[in-house]
Amino acid sequence: MSESASSATAITGAEIFCRSLQAEGVEVVFGYPGGAVLHIYDALYRQDKVSHVLVRHEQGAVHAAEGYAKSSYKPGVALVTSGPGATNAITGIADAYMDSVPLVVFTGQVPTSMIGNDAFQEVDTVGITRPCVKHNFLVKDVKDLATTIKKAFYVATTGRPGPVVVDIPKDVTADTCVFEYPESIHMRSYNPTTKGHTGQIRKAVDLILSAKQPMIYTGGGVILGRGSEALTEFTRQLGYPITNTLMGLGGYPASDKQFLGMLGMHGTYEANMAMHHADVLIAIGARFDDRVTGNIEKFCPHAKIVHVDVDPSSISKNVKVDVPIVGEVEPVLRELIKGLNEAGSKPDAEALATWWKQIAEWQAQDCLKYDQTSGLIKPQYVVQKFWELTEGDAYVTSDVGQHQMWAAQFYRFDKPNRWINSGGLGTMGVGLPFAMGVQFAHPEATVGCITGEASIQMCIQELSTCFQYQLPLKILNLNNRYLGMVRQWQEFFYQGRYAMSYMDALPDFVKLAEAYGHVGIQITQPGDVEGAIKEALAQKDRLVFMDFITDQSENVYPMIPAGAGQNEMILV
Amino acid sequence: MRHIISVLLENESGALSRVAGLFSARGYNIESLTVAPTDDPSLSRMTIVTSGSDEIVEQITKQLNKLIDVIKLLDMTAYPHIEREMALVKVRVPEAAEREEVKRLADIFRGRIIDVAHDSYVIEITGEGSKLDAFLVALDAFTVLEVVRSGVMGIARGDVALQI
Ligand SMILES: Cc1cc2nc3c(=O)[nH]c(=O)nc-3n(C[C@H](O)[C@H](O)[C@H](O)COP(=O)(O)OP(=O)(O)OC[C@H]3O[C@@H](n4cnc5c(N)ncnc54)[C@H](O)[C@@H]3O)c2cc1C
Ligand SMILES: Cc1ncc(C[n+]2csc(CCOP(=O)(O)OP(=O)(O)O)c2C)c(N)n1
Ligand SMILES: [Mg+2]
Repeated sequence: MSESASSATAITGAEIFCRSLQAEGVEVVFGYPGGAVLHIYDALYRQDKVSHVLVRHEQGAVHAAEGYAKSSYKPGVALVTSGPGATNAITGIADAYMDSVPLVVFTGQVPTSMIGNDAFQEVDTVGITRPCVKHNFLVKDVKDLATTIKKAFYVATTGRPGPVVVDIPKDVTADTCVFEYPESIHMRSYNPTTKGHTGQIRKAVDLILSAKQPMIYTGGGVILGRGSEALTEFTRQLGYPITNTLMGLGGYPASDKQFLGMLGMHGTYEANMAMHHADVLIAIGARFDDRVTGNIEKFCPHAKIVHVDVDPSSISKNVKVDVPIVGEVEPVLRELIKGLNEAGSKPDAEALATWWKQIAEWQAQDCLKYDQTSGLIKPQYVVQKFWELTEGDAYVTSDVGQHQMWAAQFYRFDKPNRWINSGGLGTMGVGLPFAMGVQFAHPEATVGCITGEASIQMCIQELSTCFQYQLPLKILNLNNRYLGMVRQWQEFFYQGRYAMSYMDALPDFVKLAEAYGHVGIQITQPGDVEGAIKEALAQKDRLVFMDFITDQSENVYPMIPAGAGQNEMILV
Repeated sequence: MRHIISVLLENESGALSRVAGLFSARGYNIESLTVAPTDDPSLSRMTIVTSGSDEIVEQITKQLNKLIDVIKLLDMTAYPHIEREMALVKVRVPEAAEREEVKRLADIFRGRIIDVAHDSYVIEITGEGSKLDAFLVALDAFTVLEVVRSGVMGIARGDVALQI
C-alpha cells in the first residue's frame, strides 16, 4: 500500500532520497561520490533497487543520464558532490537545457549552517545553474525532501522537458523524518498546456488544405512528445513533403519517399529549396533555430506559417507565425487529423503534383554525392556502411563537428529516439557518455558512437567506465587529424589560415583502447571499411574502437553560409 | 514602448533572482523593479517597468510566465491603470528662508516633511514618476543631500484584478 503506512518511523534524508527514487521507478543513477553526498552513497549501498553507475568525470555522468533519457522516454538521473562535483556537471546540465532533455541532477551541498561561509567545497549551485535549468531547488529541511524530489521529476518530465537540479545540504541527508512520498503533485504556478485550442486547430486545417506548395518542418518536439506515429499518419494522409531538424531526425521515417532529408545549414538542397518556396509551412515541435532559418530576413518569404509547440515562448520568437497552436505534439496532431477528416475539401492534387515535380528537380541535384572512387576513406562512406550493416536499426550517438553532420546525413533514421546528439549547445565530448547511457537503457541493442579524434578526447576517460560495466559500444572515430568543422570554416571564410585546427600529437587510439581493456582497430584503406565494421559488430560483448583514418580535406555539403538565405547554399 | 508588468510569484528565496537573471541573461531592459510580499504571505507581487518593441515585450511576458515560480502576470499597459512611486528627499535648509520655501514647494507637490533636523528636512512625496521628477527639478535651487525612489507600483482600474 502507500509508502507511509509501512514506514511510520523516521528515517534519514539519505534513506528518503533512495526511497523517493524507488518510488519514481528510477533504475539507474549516474554519479560520482564526494564528502557532501557520503550519507547518500551509504544509503544507496544499503539498498538494491536503484543501481548506480560510477563514471570517471561528473560531466560524463550528466551526459550519460542524457543519453539514457533521450533514448528511453524515462528521465535521466545524476548524482554528484558539492563544489567541483557540481561545477563539473554544469556542461551536461546546460546541454540538457538547450535540447530539452528531462533530467534530475542531485548535487550535494555543504551543511546548511555553513552555507555562505566559503566552506570547503562550497559553490552556490543554485545560483550557478539557474540560467541553464528548467528549475532548481535547495532543500533546507529534511521534511521537504520527498516533496521536492517529487516536484523535480514532475517539472523535468512535463511540458517542455528540461533539467532540474536538486541541491541537498549534507545535514539534510543525516536529519530524520517520517517518509511519505506524495502520490501526485499540484503546483499552482506550473500548468503546462497539452491540448491545442479548438479554434486555432480549425484555422490550421483550413490553411493546411489551402496550400499549393506546402512543407512540413518538424523537430525535437516530435521525439520528446512521442508524436512520430501521429506525424507519420498526418503526413501520409496529406501527401505533403516533410523535413526534420537535426534534433527531429527519426520523427518521420527517413526512408519514406515524402521525406526530403534534414534542413538547415547542412541540410539537403531539396529540403532548403522547398522551405524557401513553400506557401504554407507546418512547423511542429521545432524552434526556428538560427542553424535552420539562416538569415531571418530571407526565411520562407512566401509562407503562411502554422506552429505547434508546447512552449509558448518558442512561438513567434524568431519568426512571426500566422496560426500559433500551444499544445503537445501528439494530441494536437490527432486533432489536426480529425479536422482533416471532417473537412469538406481535400488537398489540391493538381498543385501538389506540380510541386512534387519541382521537388524532384531539386532532388536530381543529388546534393549529398561524394567521390566514391577516392583512394582515401571518405567519412560519408563509413557512415553509410555502418547504416547498411546495422540495417538502419542501431542507436547512434555523435559528438560535435563534421562527423556529426555526416552521421545525420548518411545514417537514415526510420525510428524516433535512435539518434542522440547535442544540437543546441553543440557540446564536444558528449558522444561516448551519451552512448553509455543509451546502452544502459537498451542493454541488448547495437549502440554506435560516431565521433571525431578531437571530440572523443574530451570525455575519453569514460572508456574506463565502459570497461567496468562491460558496455559493448561500437565507436567509429572519423579521424581527419583536424578540428574538421573549424578547418572547414577557416578554408571557406579565412582564406585557409588554419589557426589551431590541426590536431597534432594524437594518441595511438588502438593502444589507447587496449589500455582501457577494449578492442582497437585502425582502418586506413577504403576497402577495409566494411570488413572492420562487420568484425566490430560480430564482437557482441566487446567495446570496439574503430579508428578510421579519413580524407582530411573533406567538407560537409551543402552549406548555407552565415547570413545567407535558405536558397543560397554552397554545393559540392 | 514603455510597459508596466505586474507579476504574482511564489514568495520563495531565489524567486527574485530568477526574474532579475532572466532580464540580464536575455538582454531585456529594466527601468524599475519593486517587490514585496502580499496580504497572502506565500505570494510576492512584483512590478516591472520595462521597454521594448511589441515582439520583445511579448517574449518578456512569455519568458516570465515560463519561470516556474511565476503564477500569473498582467501587462497593465493594456488597461487603464494607476501608477505610483514614492521618493524620500533630504534637503539642506540651514536658513529660515530656505525652510519656508522648501515647505511651500512640498505643499504644492502634496509632499510631507517627515523629519526635521538642525539644518535639513526629509520630504516624503508620492505620485507618478513624472511628478517626482518635476519636484526634484523644483528643488534645483537647493542642496539635495539624498534621494531615495521606490520604483513604480501599479494597479489596474476597475474590475481588472491580478489575483489567483
Ligand atoms: C555543428 C552543428 C551544426 C548544426 N546544423 C544544423 C542543421 O544543419 N540543421 C538543423 O536542423 N540543425 C542543426 N544544428 C542543430 C541546431 O543548433 C538546433 O539544435 C536544432 O536545429 C534545433 O532543433 P529543433 O528546432 O527541432 O528544436 P529542439 O531543440 O529539439 O526543441 C524542441 C522544440 O519542441 C518543443 N517541444 C518539446 N516537447 C514538445 C511536445 N511534447 N509537444 C510540442 N512541442 C514540444 C520545445 O518547446 C521546442 O520548441 C546544428 C548543430 C551543430 C552543433
Ligand atoms: C566543448 C567544445 N569546444 C569547442 C567547440 C567548437 N567546435 C565545434 S566542432 C569542433 C571540431 C571538432 O573536431 P572533431 O571532433 O575532430 O570533429 P570533426 O569536425 O573533425 O569531424 C570544434 C572545436 C565545441 N563545439 N565544443
Ligand atoms: Mg576531426
